[in-house]
Amino acid sequence: MINVKELYKSFEKKDVLKGISFKINHGESVAIIGKSGIGKSVLLKHLIGLIQPDSGEVWVEEKLVNTLSFTQLQSVRAQCGMVFQFGALFDSMSVEENIGLALSKLSEMNKEEVTQQISKSLAEVGMENSEKLMPSSLSGGMKKRVGIARAIAIKPKYLLYDEPTTGLDPVMTDSINRLISKIHKQEDVTSIMVTHELRTVFEVAERVIMIHDGKIKFDGTPEQIKLSNDIVVQQFISGNSTLLETEA
Amino acid sequence: MLRILIYPIHIFIHFFEGLAEYVLLMTKMFRSVKSWNLYLGFTADQMVNIGAQSIPIVMLTSLFSGMVTSVQAAYQFESGFVPTWFVGSIVGESVLLELAPMITGLVMTGKIGATITAEIGTMRVTEQIDALESLSFDPVSFLIMPRVLAAAIMFPILVIVADFCGILGGLFAAQHAMDVSAQEFIRGLRTWFRPWDAWFGLIKGIFFGIAITSIASYKGFTTEGGAEGVGKSTTSTVVISCMVIVLLDYILAEIFL
Repeated sequence: MINVKELYKSFEKKDVLKGISFKINHGESVAIIGKSGIGKSVLLKHLIGLIQPDSGEVWVEEKLVNTLSFTQLQSVRAQCGMVFQFGALFDSMSVEENIGLALSKLSEMNKEEVTQQISKSLAEVGMENSEKLMPSSLSGGMKKRVGIARAIAIKPKYLLYDEPTTGLDPVMTDSINRLISKIHKQEDVTSIMVTHELRTVFEVAERVIMIHDGKIKFDGTPEQIKLSNDIVVQQFISGNSTLLETEA
Repeated sequence: MLRILIYPIHIFIHFFEGLAEYVLLMTKMFRSVKSWNLYLGFTADQMVNIGAQSIPIVMLTSLFSGMVTSVQAAYQFESGFVPTWFVGSIVGESVLLELAPMITGLVMTGKIGATITAEIGTMRVTEQIDALESLSFDPVSFLIMPRVLAAAIMFPILVIVADFCGILGGLFAAQHAMDVSAQEFIRGLRTWFRPWDAWFGLIKGIFFGIAITSIASYKGFTTEGGAEGVGKSTTSTVVISCMVIVLLDYILAEIFL
């Protein structure tokens, strides 16, 4: 279980998170939504200790992430696979090396098992026989797939996706959405995705948390968010930028 | 008016903040030296990048700097009061003490410093450093330590290459500009040669190597703001490294000479 309590974070003079609290149970598929620059990715990075909060607590299982040392964080990170916005593949390494690097650090597999796991992960994301390719020769969608393969290779309990479909064409978006759903069901993982793509939210998520002005504006199912009367939520769902002005 | 007064204070604070960040990062890096064996492969790669691949440019620049020194010495000796074979000593001392380490340092600032900042800066803005950390790799041990270690090992070797090429260039130019024979040039070279001068050049090489790669790594590591940020950091690395090399050159001369 992930438990976030009263999380505050500011950068220089800008308050980004102003007391965020929520719990995510094992097996849930949660979408964290909100406008661009609202702090969704910042929140996600708090969950694996990439960013330290100004105050508040982030619990993963029984561990208080924001008090752990770098070495202690390894046990938390071994349970969490993170998929970054543009894949964040290491440019100087091949696809195989990118995934192998994760396995070398976060698993106790021998060389043969690592090779098998790399092939298995790539097959799972539909990227068979791409082991020797370099990131520079991959398209945006392929990079995201390899990023997902790298994240699932370590067999995590939690999969964190940062904008998994942003910048992709509709067909590729659908393909990535299906992939996320498939992995969620097959691997018995808890999926947490940060996105502002409503299609991804409605196709993949079972629960939606909306952040607005540094606080949680909405927490419920995708069906409930569609029926919400809140003007800010409505504006986001409808994509109508004049809604708030009309209301005022 | 108030802005004009506040601006230097702001710059002053910014400088010390940066310095403190740099010291903290270097402390982290020196702490991670104990795990050097984990990153031996990466250190070897960096030794090739920083050292082996830089040999041609170091050879070329030091060759010409030795030649220029010889030609300028010939110009000074036109009066006829100084024996022409002295040119060997002038070229030798200039190259060993100053030209070889300094030219190597400045050339490497442009070649290696800029490359390291661009590489690490791009990794920062494309979240590759976050990805490394999410995979439980310490980015300081993984990215910075191998580069600094490789530079500390390879820079003295580059200085030795520069020493040889500089003196060779000086010899070649002396033969053509002043009709000084190779024997006479070597006589001058040996007359005032002190082994410490060569050692001092190598010590400078180690310091310059550590300074260039650590500044470049720090600048890359703290890059913000996409491609524009990478460009700014790279420029800043070259400017700061050049200034630090000149400053270090003076400090080391005061300490060791």
